[in-house]
Amino acid sequence: MALLEVDRLRVEFPTRRRALVAVDDVSLAIEAGEVLGVVGESGAGKSVTGAAIIGLIEPPGRMAGGEIRFDGRRIDHLSDEEKRRIRGNEIGSVFQDPLTSLNPLFTVGQQLVETILAHSDRSADDARRHALRLLEDVGIPAAAHRIDSYPHEFSGGMRQRVVIALAVCAGPRLIIADEPTTALDVSIQAQIIALLKRLCRDQGTAIMLITHDMGVIAETADRVAVMYAGRIVEVGRVRQILRAPAHPYTTGLMDAIPRLGRDDADLAQIDGAMPRLHEIPEGCAFHSRCPHAFDLCRRRRPVLQATGDAAAACFLIDQERSDD
Amino acid sequence: MLAFILKRLLQSLLVMFFVALIAFSMFQFVGDPVHQMVGIETTLEEREELREALGLNDPILVQFSRFVLDAVTFDFGISYQHKKPVADMILSRMPATLELAIFSALLALALGIPMGVYTGLRRNTLLAHVLMTVSLAGVSLPTFLIGILLIFVFAVMLGWLPSFGRGEVIDLGWWSTGLLTVAGLKALILPSITLGLFQMTLIMRLVRSEMLEVLRTDFIKFARARGLPEHVVNFRHALKNALIPVITVTGLQLGSIIAFAIITETVFQWPGMGLLFLQSIQTVDIPIMSAYLILIAFVVVAINLVVDVLYYVIDPRLRATRSADSGA
Repeated sequence: MALLEVDRLRVEFPTRRRALVAVDDVSLAIEAGEVLGVVGESGAGKSVTGAAIIGLIEPPGRMAGGEIRFDGRRIDHLSDEEKRRIRGNEIGSVFQDPLTSLNPLFTVGQQLVETILAHSDRSADDARRHALRLLEDVGIPAAAHRIDSYPHEFSGGMRQRVVIALAVCAGPRLIIADEPTTALDVSIQAQIIALLKRLCRDQGTAIMLITHDMGVIAETADRVAVMYAGRIVEVGRVRQILRAPAHPYTTGLMDAIPRLGRDDADLAQIDGAMPRLHEIPEGCAFHSRCPHAFDLCRRRRPVLQATGDAAAACFLIDQERSDD
Repeated sequence: MLAFILKRLLQSLLVMFFVALIAFSMFQFVGDPVHQMVGIETTLEEREELREALGLNDPILVQFSRFVLDAVTFDFGISYQHKKPVADMILSRMPATLELAIFSALLALALGIPMGVYTGLRRNTLLAHVLMTVSLAGVSLPTFLIGILLIFVFAVMLGWLPSFGRGEVIDLGWWSTGLLTVAGLKALILPSITLGLFQMTLIMRLVRSEMLEVLRTDFIKFARARGLPEHVVNFRHALKNALIPVITVTGLQLGSIIAFAIITETVFQWPGMGLLFLQSIQTVDIPIMSAYLILIAFVVVAINLVVDVLYYVIDPRLRATRSADSGA
């Protein structure tokens, strides 16, 4: 049994005219200690999926269908208080922007201690010792001194280290990292990813790594789920998907990664833009941008089907098979 | 920190200097004080003697320096009308105004902040809508009308509370307080509601909009994602951030509460400085008017200074501008 199972998740945002579907029929699983990358453009539903897992979809959005199970136990139906006990304690979070994730009026020590105390019976002194250990662990220099500093006294990279310390302070078994490096300098990004990986490997913590950066996925993730317009279009082992992407959208994403030794003038791009939530077309949501689209793509919506160690939602797979 | 306070102190002194200049010039523009002090039968020689004794023949700069020095030592001269030292008259009226103003401010804070937090957190409940609608009346109704309405309902119709005066007061040294007697407290209720209602609705609306603003921020979402209990998120993380601008506004409003007590004191015949000021205008009693002007300006400037320092204490981002460089 997987640590986290998301089963046919559907998230809607009601509007005056009709409900917009931000996440549609998304199923995914994360094993204990595994790193699952979730990749896709802005608005593809990656972050909303993450928010649904920790029970913090922004109102008026709501979970309109599906189930979320953690460690075999259904968690999407729990009361607010029960969900709160899971957040931080079982499932930690790292947000995108470390500059705005921390409360400016409290020291990093205060924020760590209150989080530790919210999930354990430690004494205040013990919690502070634990907080100090965590700060040292995430690589804050002179942690004993910096524990009483305010967030604005840290640089962006250091603040993200503090945020990571906050995410792991109660010993969660899963961390949802929503674009943890997007707001950081490129030179810092690798450090932060390495830190996340090291901490989670040491503790056996699983990571759901939400990003739009295929490079980060290639280096970090065990498996990857590619999302497009609220759905998973391809999911599977990273190695197979990087080597032989089955969905044209994934292929497009791969071709758009700049590589050394290749002329950047030829860098491929996917024409057009992802459809907005209120204008997702009939059939395959990608068909208007797909170079291989044919009749069926405009009429019917493809479902995920296995392709070796992965699965993709594309009619081309059937076609290739019938060609064989 | 010290440099900041020193700078603000200097600015405050500059403001006070200009206020003193205006207060001083009132004497120059509103007729000859000697005429108002003496009778018709006083001879010209006697007038000239008085003029010399009062120092009115000295150069204007000398007069102004004397005025400022006297004001600093809390000496505002003699009232034309009452022939008594102005400082004593104001001092005897000050407790009434300060008790009224501070009580109003506390009332405004004690009710305004919880109401603001409630309407911010539960903004779609019936009570929140009712509070927001009623607060519109508080913001838009003029003070004197509220006072008269309150008198009509609670003093005239129901007869629960007195309609004027301070009730019974007890003298503690030079400070006469109405807070220690039941009659004094009862007399305080209607005027302080009248004076504080506007501030209360202002604070409520401010706290509400600040709460809504803060609750949208990333650090509140992250606090929730860390699994902090809802009351900690709302009252520790959100409220503290929401209160920073409230401190500024409340501080500034406290100054204007004291200044605008004039109207409330008139409606309730409250024996405070404001009422004294109004009476002094009717009798063109310049020393009282100028002393009142200086005192009110001093209170407002002093409160501003305290607010600035408070701001500094609460918001670490202002406190530690120097160490921010080393943290990068």
